[in-house]
Amino acid sequence: MSWESFVMMMPYITVVILMAIGLYTVLFKKNLIKIIMGIAIMQNGANLFLVSLAYRRGYIAPIFTSAESTDMVMPTPHALTLTSIVIGLATTALMLSLTMMIKKHYDSINTEDMRRCKE
Amino acid sequence: MKKALALVAFFVIFSFLLLGVVQMRPFGEPENEDMDDYFLGDSQKRHEVNNVVTAVLFDYRGLDTLGEATILFAAVSGVLTVLRRFKDKEEGEK
Amino acid sequence: MKWEMSRVVKTVTDILVAPIIIFGIYLILHGHLTPGGGFQGGAVIASSTALLIIAYGTLGKHKKDLSSIEAVGLTLFILIAFLGIGSTVFYNYITGTGFPFGGSLPYHGPNPGYINTGGTITFMNLMVGIEVAAALSLILWMMSKRGGVMEPKGSSSKKAEGKD
Repeated sequence: MSWESFVMMMPYITVVILMAIGLYTVLFKKNLIKIIMGIAIMQNGANLFLVSLAYRRGYIAPIFTSAESTDMVMPTPHALTLTSIVIGLATTALMLSLTMMIKKHYDSINTEDMRRCKE
Repeated sequence: MKKALALVAFFVIFSFLLLGVVQMRPFGEPENEDMDDYFLGDSQKRHEVNNVVTAVLFDYRGLDTLGEATILFAAVSGVLTVLRRFKDKEEGEK
Repeated sequence: MKWEMSRVVKTVTDILVAPIIIFGIYLILHGHLTPGGGFQGGAVIASSTALLIIAYGTLGKHKKDLSSIEAVGLTLFILIAFLGIGSTVFYNYITGTGFPFGGSLPYHGPNPGYINTGGTITFMNLMVGIEVAAALSLILWMMSKRGGVMEPKGSSSKKAEGKD
């Protein structure tokens, strides 16, 4: 891969790096908060992938209010990214509240401490 | 053993992602853009809306937004259920 | 709640809450003209709730109100969507009539932006904004309440442990 094409591929490579970081965190960490952070990083990677799919070189945001030209990037991935962000927020809130209840019951958020069923 | 399995899974998925990047089209040059060009031209004609993203969000793909709002409602219901007050344990509070 | 934030925090909160809410309403109402919309404006309004919770530690007894507001927002959103069932669901039946936000643009293409356009899209932005603001405020409030943010350190959690 030449340098030029590497620079052209930079957003996709960033997506892969974000996904790898999130996947590593989910697979190897024992702390529930860290696992949730890894899932959030993976969500951000997916959002960045969608937005970078929508881009057209040299075009502007798809909003006509005092726009400088009518060459606009594609609006549909942006709308779906908006949906995806809100769904990610909802799932993150649910995961965090479940973690709070786990902390209350087991007095720990380490996944190995809650293997055995207490009581 | 479990760690080795996780490591294998990590590297398999990572190599699939890298393979996808190598085969990806160049950044900024999409191939199929007919639908989005239709939205860009149609949103001002039919809906008199300047923000095309809003037009897609609430009209062309409104059912997606409806499902998303429902998911938000369900998540809030889940949070309220998970974090409800347990009467036997916390009667001292408040 | 036993601890109290300092006077600086409370004064800054008092000054900032109204502008934050007004900015959120601006984002929601201009959702069809500028970047922004229901989700973003609702999140901005919910951030003012976070500020209030941090500074004062409580919102009073408004949990049921927030739940009802959220449900009403979602129901009105679905109602607005299904009122156009004569043609299709999510049909924009307001544009072109004399109803508020039912005006039409004087010319197509780049324009300075007219608030009296949009039709159902503006109303849906409003409803989704109401729903998101109420939902995020509710999540923040429940988490801070049950997570012990509003209590002094180590009072109730230790009591609960002793009981177990």
